[in-house]
Amino acid sequence: MNPLPWLVALPLIGALVVFLLPVRWRASGSLALLVPVGFVSIRPLASILSQGTQSHAPGGWIAPLGIGLQADGFAAGMVILTALVIVPCSIHAARSLRGKPAEEGFWPLLWFMWAALNSIWLSADLFNLYVGIELLGLAAVGLVALAGSVQSLAAAMRYLLAALLGSLVYLIGVALIYAALGSLALADLKAYGSGQPTILIASVLMTFGLLLKTALFPLHGWLPPAHGSALTPVSALLSALVIKASLCMLIRLWMSLGPEAMPVVLAWTLGLMGAGAVFWGGWMALRQTRLKRLVAYSTVAQIGLLFLFFPLVTGTPATAAALAWDGTVLMLVSHAFAKAAMFLAAGNLVFAIGSEQIADLNGVCRFRPFSLLSFGVAGISLTGLPPSGGFIAKWLLMQSALASGQWIWLPVLLGGGLLSAAYVIRVLGNAMVEGPVRDRFEAPSLPLELSALALGCVSLVLGFAARAPLAWLRAGGPFAGGG
Amino acid sequence: MSTAALYAWAGVALSMLGLFGFIVHRHLIRRLLAYNIMGSGCFLLLVGLSQDGRGVDPVPQALVLTGIVVTVASTALALVIFRRWFRVSGESVLPEEV
Repeated sequence: MNPLPWLVALPLIGALVVFLLPVRWRASGSLALLVPVGFVSIRPLASILSQGTQSHAPGGWIAPLGIGLQADGFAAGMVILTALVIVPCSIHAARSLRGKPAEEGFWPLLWFMWAALNSIWLSADLFNLYVGIELLGLAAVGLVALAGSVQSLAAAMRYLLAALLGSLVYLIGVALIYAALGSLALADLKAYGSGQPTILIASVLMTFGLLLKTALFPLHGWLPPAHGSALTPVSALLSALVIKASLCMLIRLWMSLGPEAMPVVLAWTLGLMGAGAVFWGGWMALRQTRLKRLVAYSTVAQIGLLFLFFPLVTGTPATAAALAWDGTVLMLVSHAFAKAAMFLAAGNLVFAIGSEQIADLNGVCRFRPFSLLSFGVAGISLTGLPPSGGFIAKWLLMQSALASGQWIWLPVLLGGGLLSAAYVIRVLGNAMVEGPVRDRFEAPSLPLELSALALGCVSLVLGFAARAPLAWLRAGGPFAGGG
Repeated sequence: MSTAALYAWAGVALSMLGLFGFIVHRHLIRRLLAYNIMGSGCFLLLVGLSQDGRGVDPVPQALVLTGIVVTVASTALALVIFRRWFRVSGESVLPEEV
């Protein structure tokens, strides 16, 4: 049986089943459902490694009328990444949301989010991608609003408006492409390239829409309030997975048009916006007084690093482009683990000290060292210290920048690392200072601590074992031969 | 100009109008209305442009039907969040970001 349709259908069924359960069973029901869905998530990668790219035409309808699902190594890797991040976040949520009003909405929305993510990773059709990103946006906005505070409602509204505008602009691009080509299948884009002005205008519009959803500087205004004011497991999921979905759509769009399709001006604009994001996000993170806001701004900065991909693959030698692909993909994966770990750890710290302020962390190191440990472990990968996944990713990107002669990105990579070291150390430093005498710290329970630590450790271990996952993620993709 | 092209141009005009309203207005209900106008413009463009000179094509019509469902759902969500926001803050506009 082909697992591809089930990867979308099972989470959807899960959402409906969980929604029908009484509120007190929703958490345990979801945890039980994680097992079969997690099992199905591994299946595509196994078949890709033995048989190559997998595809499926639901209902037997093939493109252009049907809407195909397709899994190359990258898609299968993202499916597994999604499962690996959602499982610890669910364990965290099962404990941290227990008995709170947000529990009622969290679990169904989590499953809708999972269905949307999988449909985006696997979709081979521009319009299906639009539906996927809309479903994802609605689920994510609902999750942000769950916190119920004034700030989180305003943040959810701001997020929703940005997401809606982004998807309509994307839809105009879809309309232009369908009018020009008569098909929306990603595979059909390749034949036409971007020689036609219509395709170029359409792709630029779609790129703008997706940038708004990915929150690339200077379009990032909605992200820090949304990620900073949501519930802890929600912030982790949003920063780790949701913003990656629109980025992956962007990469897929341009790679489907052909490696040389992107105009160099556009590629450099994206790269420079990314560089701006790295410095602005890092600087703003350094200036925050609230812990979760700091982590949210760090996401703004890290998104910027992922956009160096575009100048590094456009008009550069094949070896440089292959290195850029590997570096970006590894950066994406290790950032997902590290940022989820950091948000969960930040939530645990906030719970321990009973305050959002970084200045109130004084003394945490002595009384709650375990909570701080996970934050530090996640910080190692974000900063790009060896031997973490973040280090290998930055190393690959630097090599790519050298191989393509684009020296300008080196200070961005190094400066971004320094800035992230600065804001991580600012938190650790505050936690290690012996402040005013205080001995009342809440104790986060073991599942909360372990879920954060496990995610952090994965992002570290990725540095030791990056070779095999990178080879899987290349399979069937645009850089299958290189590296 | 064929009827389909007329629809497409009307779609362009509507989406530009919607986009303008979306950016200019601060009141959330007005912005939501602008979003809906912009959405209708996109749908007109999608149907009109691809049927111009080629006759009836069922695919864009099916796409637009899906798009309308998506727009209705997102409008509903936006209204729910707006009502809650209005209840807790008493404001009908979003605060300026700090």
